[in-house]
Amino acid sequence: MKNTTSPWEHLLGGRALDRRAVLAGAGALAAAAMVPAAALAEAAKTTPAAAADPPPLVPTAQFGDAFAKVVGSGTPLEGLVVLELPEFAENGNIVPYKISIDSPMTGEDHIQRITLLSTQNPQATVAVFHFTPLSGKATVSGRMRLAKTQEVVAVALTSSNSLLVGRQMVDVGIGGCGAE
Amino acid sequence: MAASKPRLKLPEQAAAAGDVIEIKALITHVMETGNRKTADGQPIPRNIIHTFRAEYDGKPVFTAEFGPSISANPYISFYLKVPGPGELRVTWIDDEGGETIERYPIAVG
Repeated sequence: MKNTTSPWEHLLGGRALDRRAVLAGAGALAAAAMVPAAALAEAAKTTPAAAADPPPLVPTAQFGDAFAKVVGSGTPLEGLVVLELPEFAENGNIVPYKISIDSPMTGEDHIQRITLLSTQNPQATVAVFHFTPLSGKATVSGRMRLAKTQEVVAVALTSSNSLLVGRQMVDVGIGGCGAE
Repeated sequence: MAASKPRLKLPEQAAAAGDVIEIKALITHVMETGNRKTADGQPIPRNIIHTFRAEYDGKPVFTAEFGPSISANPYISFYLKVPGPGELRVTWIDDEGGETIERYPIAVG
């Protein structure tokens, strides 16, 4: 089941908390409606542990530190960072990502930096991208490792020192990173 | 393992001044995370490409600082607003100090 709540949203302030509550409620309703009772009973019979709710995806302490360092005392704005990752990644060793932000990329108004963070990998900082007006476009793509199912977060810093944030949940089949 | 086989891919048609073009860069590298151990329990030291840098006639265009969560044989795509004819220079630097440089002249049509 896709985990729609984000355990680090408390870092984002009140607006995000409201959304979290709404999403949690919606998720519970959907789960109740979609899973037939017989299937649940079957799961309970064969694997008792699996019938319990999966443990919440608590981000690593390293993620918390890295996020706090990138954001500082600011409050990042949601909705402008387009972070594209597959919803399900069979192989965690090669997960394509694409980050794009609509920006004129002029000397006065451009994206300076995007930090890509993992909430579950052994090392939280995946990459830091630095842009200039010569970049022309605040878009970057590549391939990353994901150790397990998790939310991926991108934080951008504009030339006027505003912070923007985007995130995407990815279900991972076989984990990457060589940590296991 | 050192970096090898650097490849740069740019659009085939000539750019005009002011065009924004996509640049794709790929290199062969193990991107060893430092988290893994050999069969007899010895830690395998980290060796990753930690810096990828693109410059145009010496001016910074785009830089990426990579961590161990970047996949082996790192691929990256970014953009360049072509200011005029010049040379794109791309550099990959790994933990062993290996520096791989590719140059790509850009003619403006």
